[in-house]
Amino acid sequence: MQNNLKPYWPIGTVYGALLNFKREWNLRAPQMPEAPYKGAPKAPVLFIKTANTFTASGDTIAIPSNVAEVDVGANLAWVFGANASVVACVLVNDVSIPHESYYRPPVKFKCVDGFLGVGAQAKSVAEVQTDAVVLTVKVNGQTVQSVNYADTVRASQKLLADISEFMTFQEGDVLLLGSDCLPDGKRPRAKVGDVVEISAPGFESLVNQFVGAAA
Amino acid sequence: MKHARIAWAGAVHEAVESNGELLLTRSPWAGKRLKFDEVVWLPPLAPVPQARTILALGLNYADHAKELAFKAPEEPLVFVKGEGALIGHKALTRRPKDATHMHYECELAVVIGRTAKHVKKENAYDYVGGYTVANDYAIRDYLENWYRPNFRVKNRDTCTPIGPWLVDAKDIHDAYGNPMNLSLQTTVNGKVTQSGHTRDMIFDVPTLIEYFSAFMTLQPGDLILTGTPDGVVNCEVGDVVVTSIEGVGDLTNTLSE
Repeated sequence: MQNNLKPYWPIGTVYGALLNFKREWNLRAPQMPEAPYKGAPKAPVLFIKTANTFTASGDTIAIPSNVAEVDVGANLAWVFGANASVVACVLVNDVSIPHESYYRPPVKFKCVDGFLGVGAQAKSVAEVQTDAVVLTVKVNGQTVQSVNYADTVRASQKLLADISEFMTFQEGDVLLLGSDCLPDGKRPRAKVGDVVEISAPGFESLVNQFVGAAA
Repeated sequence: MKHARIAWAGAVHEAVESNGELLLTRSPWAGKRLKFDEVVWLPPLAPVPQARTILALGLNYADHAKELAFKAPEEPLVFVKGEGALIGHKALTRRPKDATHMHYECELAVVIGRTAKHVKKENAYDYVGGYTVANDYAIRDYLENWYRPNFRVKNRDTCTPIGPWLVDAKDIHDAYGNPMNLSLQTTVNGKVTQSGHTRDMIFDVPTLIEYFSAFMTLQPGDLILTGTPDGVVNCEVGDVVVTSIEGVGDLTNTLSE
C-alpha cells in the first residue's frame, strides 16, 4: 500500500463556514433576533479565503502593523474532486482580524495576505471520520483549545447538502468545516512571535509562526 | 482589442473581434472567421494558476443604495465570489421556482493585468488589464443579515454571467479617458429598465484598487465587479436580459427554469 499522505496545496476556491459550532451559536443566540441580524441564520453562513491568503505549513504569517493580535481559526477542511465529491481532508488555520459583528462580509478581516495556514498533506477522506475528528491547538507549545467535530451545528454531510442546494463545488475547491470559539466566545489569539500548531491524530501538524509586517 | 473565449468545433479557442465577426487567433484555426451565433461563449478570462479572486461591490452607486434604503457606505462594501458562479455570454441562468424577486445587476468588471500590492490611486490604471461586463444576479428572497449579502444570494451556480469581451484597458482609456466615463444600460425583453453612468460610483476604480491592494495582493486575472446603479426589477423565466456598458459590450442572458 502506498503512503496515503499526499503533498497538498489548494488549487480551487476555499470556502469556509461560520457559526458551525454549537458553543458559538448558543453564545450568540440571544443577539440573533436583534438588529442588525433580525433572526438566526437559515442557510449556512459562508465566506471565502482568497488565494492571496494561502500560507504553507512552516512559513510565517505576517500580522498587519495596525493589529495587535489575530484570531486562530483551527479547521478541518474538505477538498473536493470531480462531481463535487469529497476526496481528502486537510488541516487549515483560518486567521482573522478579530471582529465582533457578523453583519457584513469579512473580507478586510479574513482576506489579508497570508491569512490561511494550509497543512502540508491531505489525507484521503476514506481514512477520516470527519465528524469525530478532534483538533488540538497549541500556542508556543501550550495547548489552548481542543476542537471536536462532534460539536458542530451542521454535521459535515448536512453542511454539504445545505450548501449544495445553491452552489456546486468545483474540482479542487475546499470547504472549511468550521472553527470553534473558547468558553468566552473568543478564539485563541496569536501575536507577533507566537508559534501556532494545529494537530489531529493521523495528520501532520500545521505549524506557522506569526511575524510583524514588513515596514 | 476585444478578446473572447469560445467553444467551437469540439474545443475551446481564443478569439478577437474583427469586423463584426470572431477571428480565431491560435493554431490550428488561426485566421478562421466565425459568426457570433456559431459559437458557445465562455467567460472571457484565461485560466489562472491559482483560485481566481472575484471581489464584488455592494451599494457602490448612491442611487442604488437609496433604492435599497441603505445609507451610502463609508468604505467599500465588498463580498467575494467563487469562479464556479461565472458563466458566459448568451447563457442560461436558473431562476428558482420559489423566488419572488430575482433581479439583474449590470456591472463594470475590472480584470487585473499585473500583480497589485500597495498600489496608489494615481498609478492604479497601470494594474488594469481590461474590462468586461458582469451581470451579478441577486435573489432577494434569500437575503439574510449574516455576512450580507450572503452566498445563497450571491454565489449561486449560473448567476454571474460575464462577457462577451475582455476589452483591453488601453482601448477604454484611449477612447474614454478612463472607465469612469461610461454609460450603463439594461434591457429586459428589449425594454430599457436600468440606465446609469460609471461616473456615479461612490468608490471609483482607482480607489477600489488602492483599498484592496493595501491588504490583499491581486493577481492577473482577478476581478473586481464594481456594483450596479439604480433600476433593478424582478425578472421571470424566459426573460432576455441584456446588460450593456458603453465601449465594453452587451452581455445577453436568458432566465431558465
